[in-house]
Amino acid sequence: MDTMRDRFVAVTTRLLDEDPRLAVVLADITAAAFTPAQERHPDRVVNVGIREQLLIGAAGGLALSGMRPIAHTFASFLIERPFEQVKLDLVHQGVGAVLVSAAGSYDWPAGGRTHMSPGDVALLDTLPDWTVHVPGHPDEAEQLLRHAYADGDRNVYVRLSAHQNAAPVAVEPGRFSTVRTGSRGVVLAVGPMLDAVLAATEGLDVTVLYAATVRPFDAAGLRAAVGERAEVVLVEPYLAGTSANEVHEALADRPHRVLGLGVPREEHRHYGSIAEHLAAYGLDAPALRERIGTFLW
Amino acid sequence: MTTNATAGSVTEIRSGSRAQARPEARFEDLPALMALMTGAEKHGPAATSTLDVLWVLYDRVLRVGPATAQEQDRDRFLLSKGHGPMAYYAVLAAKGFIDPEVLPSFGGYDSPLGHHPDRTLVPGVEISSGSLGHGLPLGVGTALGLRAQGLTDAAVWVLVGDAEFDEGSNHEAVAFAGSYGLERLHVVVIDNSSATHGWQGGIAQRFAAAGWSTATVDGRDHEALHRAFTAEHPGRPHVVVARVEPKENH
Repeated sequence: MDTMRDRFVAVTTRLLDEDPRLAVVLADITAAAFTPAQERHPDRVVNVGIREQLLIGAAGGLALSGMRPIAHTFASFLIERPFEQVKLDLVHQGVGAVLVSAAGSYDWPAGGRTHMSPGDVALLDTLPDWTVHVPGHPDEAEQLLRHAYADGDRNVYVRLSAHQNAAPVAVEPGRFSTVRTGSRGVVLAVGPMLDAVLAATEGLDVTVLYAATVRPFDAAGLRAAVGERAEVVLVEPYLAGTSANEVHEALADRPHRVLGLGVPREEHRHYGSIAEHLAAYGLDAPALRERIGTFLW
Repeated sequence: MTTNATAGSVTEIRSGSRAQARPEARFEDLPALMALMTGAEKHGPAATSTLDVLWVLYDRVLRVGPATAQEQDRDRFLLSKGHGPMAYYAVLAAKGFIDPEVLPSFGGYDSPLGHHPDRTLVPGVEISSGSLGHGLPLGVGTALGLRAQGLTDAAVWVLVGDAEFDEGSNHEAVAFAGSYGLERLHVVVIDNSSATHGWQGGIAQRFAAAGWSTATVDGRDHEALHRAFTAEHPGRPHVVVARVEPKENH
């Protein structure tokens, strides 16, 4: 199976041929894979080198000129490093871009903390009007990228990861999907967390919702799913509790409980593999089953 | 201070691109317009350091006016150094982009005219600025976008300050634009010697080393500015370092 990042290159390369407004800005990461697209569209596939402030600034300028820019690098260098550019060169200018990240929270554990960005979605939560897609499968990534490129001039973040589910979910951008129904609470799995959540809740009387879009947060979808027991477990592949406030707002008119599971805030000074890190964070299926069960029963 | 005696005739020659400009507006009118902006104390010295450059650009160089401010092939002026925008607002008022009657509201709650400009509030303002080091990367992207759309005549101008040039984001943009040969990108650096550690050897050499065309001129001499602004620079971006009297009280 291809990765979400492979699919990003393939679908973007195709769409550059079809939509003259699209322009890709790179900062060396993934530049080699975009070489064929760059040869066909030298003015619309631009690698600025290892310059992430310029990456976002140039995307902002492209948008000001009327283009639909796509900026891409690892999440650490796309959101965290040039965060003021994201705030000012896009949002404050009143223009939009599609930011497509790779590597996420824990994709390259052997690379250590410098290449981990569990706080990216929480950072974007400090800014208005972002759409945030967190696909869990290359097919979902393709669908959501296509949607993002055509999503007017909105600011859209598409968070791609090497961690993915075995099969895609038929998602509707902006809406949660119901994967399993039960009566003792709702477990909301985000993107690549779905497979572990399904394994963890096997045989448990819970509803499992799936989110490949987390902002805007599908409050109506959550409200419709909670039933009489307003108890929600969030399982997110980035900072634990990032969406807890969204759940509180969605359920503000009724007593409710929320457990936010995800990547811990503390630095985890180990290398190794994705699987080892998910286990260490309490996000593999056995740990999730225990934590979900303790909370709901 | 040098003033520009030939502005009137130049305006007539290029009147086709500035049909909406107020024919009566002259450089000598700008101090009175600036005086309409109360609360000028905060950014006074910085504001006047840009006055001559702004006037020559809007009067004789930029192909944009109130009637063409939304045209896709217009020239773009990006005020990166958003501090001290009174001179900018005065020039925009003199050229008919904004009503001079709004100038006294400067800095007020309902005013469109902040101490740093907001492009969504002021006609003709291309970028919202204030935090230093954002205009040049935005200018790079704008020039890339115009080029990708085949709009090869439209020029992009970015005004930065010599102290603003401390910000590393400028250097990302200078190195890239020079190497890329982004010909329609232009920068004017207002050099009032306000950078805390200075720029040994001058600012222009930073651009020259990156492959830019450069000129360093007296920032109060309108003819010298005009010559530098209109110099040919095929295949390369162009910077004009406009030197003015050192900033006081810093």
